Amino acid sequence: MVKYFFNETDIKSKWDHVFSAFWQRYPNPFSTHVLTEDVVFRKVTEDHQLVTRRLLTKTNRLPRWAERFFPTNLSRSVYILEDSVVDPINKRLTTYTWNLNHTTLMTVRERCVFQESENRPAWTELKREAWISSGVYGFSRPIQEFGLARFKSNQAKAMKGLEYALANLHGDGQPWHLRDSVKDASEKAKETVLAASEKAKHLASAAAASPQKPSQYV
Amino acid sequence: MNSVGEGCTDLKREYDQCFNRWFAEKFLKGDRSEDPCTEMFKKYQSCVQKAIKEKDIPIDGVEFMGPNKEKPGS
Repeated sequence: MVKYFFNETDIKSKWDHVFSAFWQRYPNPFSTHVLTEDVVFRKVTEDHQLVTRRLLTKTNRLPRWAERFFPTNLSRSVYILEDSVVDPINKRLTTYTWNLNHTTLMTVRERCVFQESENRPAWTELKREAWISSGVYGFSRPIQEFGLARFKSNQAKAMKGLEYALANLHGDGQPWHLRDSVKDASEKAKETVLAASEKAKHLASAAAASPQKPSQYV
Repeated sequence: MNSVGEGCTDLKREYDQCFNRWFAEKFLKGDRSEDPCTEMFKKYQSCVQKAIKEKDIPIDGVEFMGPNKEKPGS
């Protein structure tokens, strides 16, 4: 049994800023569960697309009731692969992410498509789909429900993290200067978290005001 | 952000800085001139691939966007 999740949202930033921020997401205040991040493959294709594979390791946070039944799962963190294609000609970024281990317990696969908004080129549309399943006989349903709940919570953190990275891209066209000196970091962090939450509120109210987009389908 | 290879984090950060600049200034603008980060990437990869093997992380032979092909529905 597979749980399916679908969500569409508008990011109020230009596609090129979003694509740059995508590589600069970590670390951010909402990503404490992400332990490591590495590019393990990268190549520019003949038709000028960027193909990348990233390896992430994340903590494996299980609810108490699951910890009792799967004690061995606590020891290893989760290994996740994120494969992506950046198409700067069509202004589209496609990502596909899935976990390599702990797959008997749960498999989460996610596909994201970031695309310059047709109606508002200053914005970027994000379509997110996920497939969550568990192979554990007898526990399948509660595990899937937990997986879906954690996925939604992680999705919210991911959006906040991306907003944070976008807020840190300097407007003067120098996106690679992401981090200030250590002294200023906490003040800057407070500012940007505030800016990000203001942005998120704005997004939320804009979403409420605009015509109904397809709601989450579970 | 840390690398999975503890000794590779500095190499990773150096490469990331180079990549982020090239990505925004050249790649996204359609400039096909040579990627200036290849040497840095090689050093970083040599370190991180070794760490991945040592930690037995199973990424070898995994097809690009592999499970995407098996998924149900759209």
